[in-house]
Order: sequence, then C-alpha cells, then structure tokens
Amino acid sequence: MTPILSLDKLSLAFGGLNALTDLELEVQEREVVSVIGPNGAGKTTLFNVITGIYDPSGGDLVFAGESLLGRAPTAITRAGIARTFQSLRLFLNMSVIENVMAATYGHTRATPIEQILRLPRSRREEREARALAEEVLAFFGRRLAGYRWDQPAYSLSYANRRRLEIARALATRPKLLLLDEPAAGMNPNESLEVMELIGRLRAELGLSILVIEHDMHVVAGCSDRVVALDHGVKIAEGTFDEVANHPAVIEAYLGRDPEALAS
Amino acid sequence: MTDPDPDPASQEGAPGERAAVGVDEWVARSGERQESLPGPLGAVQRAFGRVGWWPRLAAAVVVGAIIPQFGLNDFQFQIGINMLLLALLAVGLNISVGWAGLLDLGYIAFYGFGAYGFALLSSSQIGGGIHWPAYASVPVVMIAAGVLGLLVGLPSRRLLGDYLAIVTLFFGEAFVEFTNNVASGTLGGPNGITSIDPYKGFGAQITTNKGYFYLLLVLLAVVCAAVHMLDRSRLGRAWRAVREDPLAAGLMTIPVNRVKLMAFSFGAAIAALAGTVFAAQQISVFPTDFDTPFLILIYAALILGGAGSIGGAVIGGLIIAITLDGFLRSPTQSGYIFYGMIALTLVVKLRPWRKLAAVATTIVVFGLAMHAIVSAVSASSVAGGPQSSGWIADVVRHWVIVPSNPTGPGNIGFVILVCALIAIVQLRGRWRTMLIVPTVYLAVCVWEARLVGQPAITRQLLIGAILIVMMNARPQGLLGARRVEIV
Repeated sequence: MTPILSLDKLSLAFGGLNALTDLELEVQEREVVSVIGPNGAGKTTLFNVITGIYDPSGGDLVFAGESLLGRAPTAITRAGIARTFQSLRLFLNMSVIENVMAATYGHTRATPIEQILRLPRSRREEREARALAEEVLAFFGRRLAGYRWDQPAYSLSYANRRRLEIARALATRPKLLLLDEPAAGMNPNESLEVMELIGRLRAELGLSILVIEHDMHVVAGCSDRVVALDHGVKIAEGTFDEVANHPAVIEAYLGRDPEALAS
Repeated sequence: MTDPDPDPASQEGAPGERAAVGVDEWVARSGERQESLPGPLGAVQRAFGRVGWWPRLAAAVVVGAIIPQFGLNDFQFQIGINMLLLALLAVGLNISVGWAGLLDLGYIAFYGFGAYGFALLSSSQIGGGIHWPAYASVPVVMIAAGVLGLLVGLPSRRLLGDYLAIVTLFFGEAFVEFTNNVASGTLGGPNGITSIDPYKGFGAQITTNKGYFYLLLVLLAVVCAAVHMLDRSRLGRAWRAVREDPLAAGLMTIPVNRVKLMAFSFGAAIAALAGTVFAAQQISVFPTDFDTPFLILIYAALILGGAGSIGGAVIGGLIIAITLDGFLRSPTQSGYIFYGMIALTLVVKLRPWRKLAAVATTIVVFGLAMHAIVSAVSASSVAGGPQSSGWIADVVRHWVIVPSNPTGPGNIGFVILVCALIAIVQLRGRWRTMLIVPTVYLAVCVWEARLVGQPAITRQLLIGAILIVMMNARPQGLLGARRVEIV
C-alpha cells in the first residue's frame, strides 16, 4: 500500500540551526499518526514545511504520489492537505458560518460577474458551500449549533474557536488533516470529545490525520502510531506504549537519570 | 493524573444530549441582548434587522428620488450631485480598504482616470474628435480602469501595510503630474479638457443638474446592489478573510494575491464610473480636481460612515459632502458647527453637571475679564470685530479679543492653540479642567479673528475635528461593525 504522505530525509535549516534533520515519516490512508515531543522539538515546524509555509532545505515531500516541493501553500491545500493552527488563526471578524464557507473558495468556480448577477452556477455553488459548511459544523453537535452560525467568530469560547478551526479545515475537503494541538486549553471532558471526534473524522470522512498533541490521554486514545521528535530528529516511532516507554523519549522529556550518568 | 472520570453527568455537548451549563443558547446570546435597545426602540431595531437588503435599498432610492420633488434649485442639485458622487467613491474605496484591508492611497487617480478617459472619448481632443455615446465610452473607461487597477495592484503582491500606502500615494501624485505635464496637446496640461459632451445615447442626452442627480442615484443603487452581491459570495468572503489573516486565508485555498488584485480592480472601475459622471456633468476636467485633498475627503467619508459597510460608506459620503458644500460654505453656518462641537464636547466630557456649569461660567467670566483688561491696556487690540456674522457675532462681540489687524496675532494664536490642545491631551485631573478655560477662549478668539475668513482651512479642520469626535464616540463609524481582536 502506498502511503498518502511520505517524507523522505526531509530537512529544514534556519541559518545554522537545524530545525528538522533527515526526517522520515509515512502516513497511510485512514491512519491517525500522533507527533509528540517536548517544546521546541520541531513539531509545528514540521506542519509548516508540509503545508508549504517553509521550503525544506533538503529531502522530499510526497503527497498522493506527487512531490509538494516548491508548491505554494494555497496549491498544497487544494491538493488535499488542510491544517489547524496551534495559535488560532480564525477570521475573527467574520461570522462562524462565513469562516467555514470562506474555505470553500478553492472548489468553487463562479466568476465575479456570475456572483453579481447570481447566475445559476453562482447560486448552486453558494447552496453547496452552505450545505458543506452546515455538514462540517454538524460534526460538533451542540457545541457549534445553529444559533451560533451567524455570531462573529470572536464571540466564541477558546475551545469553540479550536473546533471552528477544525470545521474550517474540513471545508477545504482534505484527504489529510493536520491538527496542531486540537485539545490545548480544553478540560478533560472536552479532550475526550476531541479524541472521539478524531475517530469519527477517520471513520465517516475517511481522512488520514496527523496530530500534534501534548495530552497523552488523547494521544493514547486516538493514534494508530506515534512519532516522537526532539531537536528536529525522530527519536522513536511505534505504538503509543512502545514510544512512551522508549528510553530516548523519556530522556527527551525528563532528562537523563543522574545515577545512570554517574555510573 | 488518572483517566478523566467518564461521569455521565459531565458528558455534555455530545450530540443529542441535554445542553450543558454555561454553553447553552441563552448564555451564548447574551451579547446580542445587551446590544439591542430596550423597549419600543428595540422592537423597531429588531424589525429593521429583519428587513432584507433590497427593501432597504429600494426605500433609500425612493427617499432620494422624492427629495427633489420639493423644488430644489440648481445649486442645491449640485450639492446633491456632489453628495452622491462622494458616496459612490466611498463605496468603491470600501472594497479595497474596508474589505480587503489594503490601504490604497492612489484611489483618487482612478477617479481622475475615469474623468479624463471619458473626456477624451467625448470631446474633440483626439484626432478629429471622438464623440462616443455614453453606453460605449463608459464601459470602455471602466474596463480600462479595472486593468489599470490590476497593474497598480501588482506591487501589492509584495508590499504590505505602510509600504503599499506610500507606493499607491506616489501613483496618485504621478497621475496629477502626468495630466499636468505630459501630452498637453491632448490632455490640456493645467488647462484641462473643456467642452466635454454630456452623457448621451439613444438620441437623448442629460444636460441638467437634475438629470445628473437622478442618473447618479440610479448608478449608486446599481453599484450598491452589485457590490452587496459580491460581498455575500465567495469573492467577498475571500476579501474579508484576506483582511483578517492573509496566511490563514492562503492555507484555506484562497489565492491571496489574485484576490487582492481583484479588490483594486473593482474599486478602480467604480471610481472610474464616478469620474465619467463628474466629467460629463462639469463639462470640463482639470488635474487639480483629482489631487490629494479630495482623496482625504473620500477616506473621511468611509471612516465616518464605517469601513466595511456599504450603507456606512454611502451615509459617510452624503454627510461629508453636505457638511462641506452645504453647511461650511457660509461662515455663519460653519460657526454653528464650530460652536456646536465645542458645546457638545464640553457637555459630554465634563461630568457631573456642577463641574460643567462651573467651567462654562468660568469661561464666560474669563473672557469678559480678558476683554476688559486688554481694552484698558491697548484699545486697538480689541478694535476688530468678530468675523462671523449674525447673532453669534453679536453675542461674542464684547467678549473675544480681535485686533484691528487680526492676521499676525491670529496666526500666533493658532500656533498657541495647537500647543494648548496638545497640553490638554497630556494633562490629567484638575490641571486639565483648568486648562480647558483658556483653551476654549483662545479657540473662539482664533476662530473669530482668523479662521472664519479662511473657509478652505476651516473646512479641513472641522472635518478633522468631526473625525476625532467620531473616534471617541464610535470608533467603528456610524454603520460599521466593531472590529475585535482577541488578546
């Protein structure tokens, strides 16, 4: 089976600082892969390279059989990779439903003239965009229920803004979803909801998901595979239990055991 | 940390289950309730909110069409034309500034381009004279302006914020220089182009001010409807998304650069449309018609009305134009605005009322005392009368100090006044209240000695003052939506 995303010796250097070094990573179709690692390990940088915000300084990045090197972020999203942001980047002064509908730009075609005159194609696309927006918002049930759709995005709570970012990413109709700390700032129950949501996204939409998460309950509960990064280097890969008990991972998080150092 | 307790009572939010405490609809709508007015006013507000956009537009057009039936003279129609032109320009500017968030300071050049383009196609300037009908020349000019907008917008792919503003400002200035100095045989140089055809076609032509008023009313309504349709579709959402967060917009499949260029282009086409009407109605165009001061007025209209709102842009344009051409034309009427704004500011800012009464009384007494002292020392220093006329002049005649030759002292007084205003902003508490008294008095003296006689300057000053008051009272403009940043 060919992976939907594969990174081949991917590297990124800022001047002398190696943010990512020879990273190898594969994501299969309908697979949930978690990326963990201490702060500054290069997790968000990895997302930025995959989505085209940074150009890698070496290696290759293949998505659905095509290299993404040199492609603009917009083109990469259109190819089927959508993401959320760790520090939320919603369109705050637009309504909830407009935030989601804005992300349908890539798969609508109506020209400005058609939009002004509301010609059939424009009307149909508007209807479809609205339906798609309602469909992805429905994933969040009561959390983003209908009465919130016309409220401005800035009026949402922090957790709901995180949910709205996921909904907006879904509206681009991705094949691969990159979630950057979807459970940050959520209480334990809400984190469980996120975990459940990730499972539903895979089951109902057939998505492959790459998720950065610090909450180990979420990581344990949703991932097929876990990849641990430290200083831009992959230090462990495998099931959650394998990675969680890997000495390199424990060392990255907790430092080396002083007694072991002494001996 | 153990696994979170899967307590059934706390499993809120899952679909199909009961609403959770603190996230239910009632709480989520609290903001809306607080913003709505109480009582019957609130009912009116809600009823107005339910009316769709096109009944509102239709109602506005009907009102605009009925007003001339009260028998306006030619001059009043001219004011009406200026109002509608400024509203049309503000609606066009709203696309790049209000929606796409691009500070386009070269916008005025597209207005000029439209006017000159129409002038060339409807006069004897080129060759033996091209006298196209309006239904041919106006679309050609608008499309050409749209293409020019694309070219000017090209730097916006790389330039952000301040840099874009300066580069487009250069473009606007370059247009004035170009029309002044290049191809003066065709463009007429400083003498402009005269004897331009009116709007004509299908055997009819518009020659009266009344005709142009109605033409502009129809054009404004059509442009508002078209722009509203754009706003409510994919391109409008893309514009606003680019304004809010260009990086996120790019990652949500929106081609940021192309969307920015389209904002420039549509704004340019609307400005050019306004320009064609201006040229046809004035019968002549001159480079100075399209200089920076008028650009500032368009911006003032958009900011006053509320950037990002079509209705706001229209109302802002109407208000600024009628303030300039209607109220500020005669010294007496600009006096009403000047004194009214001082009084209003004092009433709003000085609380409780005892403080207000004390300050007002002190200002009056202070003025009388100053007048008495100065006239005792040097009679010629109070020899000049107030420059405004009417009852205001009678009231302040023995209160303000106006020298017999007011120019020099008036200029010095103006500089001191600016310093005093800066000082007021810096001071707090009692010192500020005390400084208000001489500052207000000085302002009135400078006004009566110098500013009333300089309408060109006072108009700009008053527009600036109106905007400052607006910024304090309602920063989003009359109809604009509040922009919120989350900290």
